[in-house]
Amino acid sequence: MASIAKTAQAGTLESSDVMITVAPGTQGSGIIIELESIVLAQYGEDIKIILEKTVKDQGITDIYIKAVDRGALDCTICARTLAALSRAGAVLKEEII
Amino acid sequence: MDLRRSMLFIPGNNPGMLQNGGVFGADSVILDLEDAVAPMEKDAARFLVAQALRTVDYGASETVVRINPLDTFAAVDIKAIVPCCPDAILVPKVESAADIHQVVAMIAAAEKPDQTPVKIIALLETPCGIVEAYHIAKADPRVVALALGAEDYTAGLGAMRTKEGTEIFTARTIVINAAAAANVQSIDTPYTDANDEEGLLADTQLAKRLGFKGKLSINPRQIDVIHSVFNPSLNDIDWAQQVIHAIRKAEAEGSGVASLNGKMVDLPIVNRAERILHLAELLGLMGGEK
Repeated sequence: MASIAKTAQAGTLESSDVMITVAPGTQGSGIIIELESIVLAQYGEDIKIILEKTVKDQGITDIYIKAVDRGALDCTICARTLAALSRAGAVLKEEII
Repeated sequence: MDLRRSMLFIPGNNPGMLQNGGVFGADSVILDLEDAVAPMEKDAARFLVAQALRTVDYGASETVVRINPLDTFAAVDIKAIVPCCPDAILVPKVESAADIHQVVAMIAAAEKPDQTPVKIIALLETPCGIVEAYHIAKADPRVVALALGAEDYTAGLGAMRTKEGTEIFTARTIVINAAAAANVQSIDTPYTDANDEEGLLADTQLAKRLGFKGKLSINPRQIDVIHSVFNPSLNDIDWAQQVIHAIRKAEAEGSGVASLNGKMVDLPIVNRAERILHLAELLGLMGGEK
């Protein structure tokens, strides 16, 4: 699957969490990331790399991701992204549903 | 023997608490997918707990995951969580040995080939579960402990839950006896008023007197109080050392009978003393050893 079926969201705006919204991208749009973060200057690029890797690992190439970060660790960013993808109809490669 | 003096619940959909769960010094952390997670967030919590198990350092704490009941999301939880190598699964609302057999089959199917076998702690929180306690404890070698969940249990009885706990006295002693008969640990229900330290102390002291080996906890502030009760006191350690000294001396003198301060030292006394010293050693309390 190059994209996802619908728009979906996971996560919260609480401290140490991140709210991820994903929406289908048009064919060939690539991975478009819009990031708000309380640590944007320090970790903005790292967060984008995690977001991009997580969706690419699931075989998704065309997607819009909005992430509002409240200081989440890498594992939380990954978990919330996977949850959003799952809710958006993606069939995940990892055996977690 | 695994130490389970304190087993701390951590909500499975709260990243802040999940990432800090290892700093409180609980013997076990229970990453909770059941009551602490809203029905609409079960999927998100499963992803979060799976990622936490793979990446968060819980230090010396045993990692336990409370899954959802068998008639809801247990199968999905086990499939997602077991490959992330938790030490144990806490199974809620267990009512029979058959429930354990079902969980064991699902765990075995989900485990990776080289994985350390995942243990099972059975949470007994219904009248049926209490009746079947011994058979549940003996159902499979993976079962290492029985835990009592008194809130659901008293609801099942139609009784009021009180701080004194008169209404759960029978259930407590049944769980302790069944666990001891099956040679597994017994873990007491949590004390749910996190602001009542005196009540927690009294309740934990009662649990220890009855024979429980540990207590569930719903707040990190409860851990120190729980440990203070379940840790052997210096007097306990001193007594245990005297018992072992007396029995060794008697053995060296070719006598099968020993006495300490005029009281006979027989096998149950020696066993109790050995348990105290083993626990003290695990906890690093043996610095003043004679």
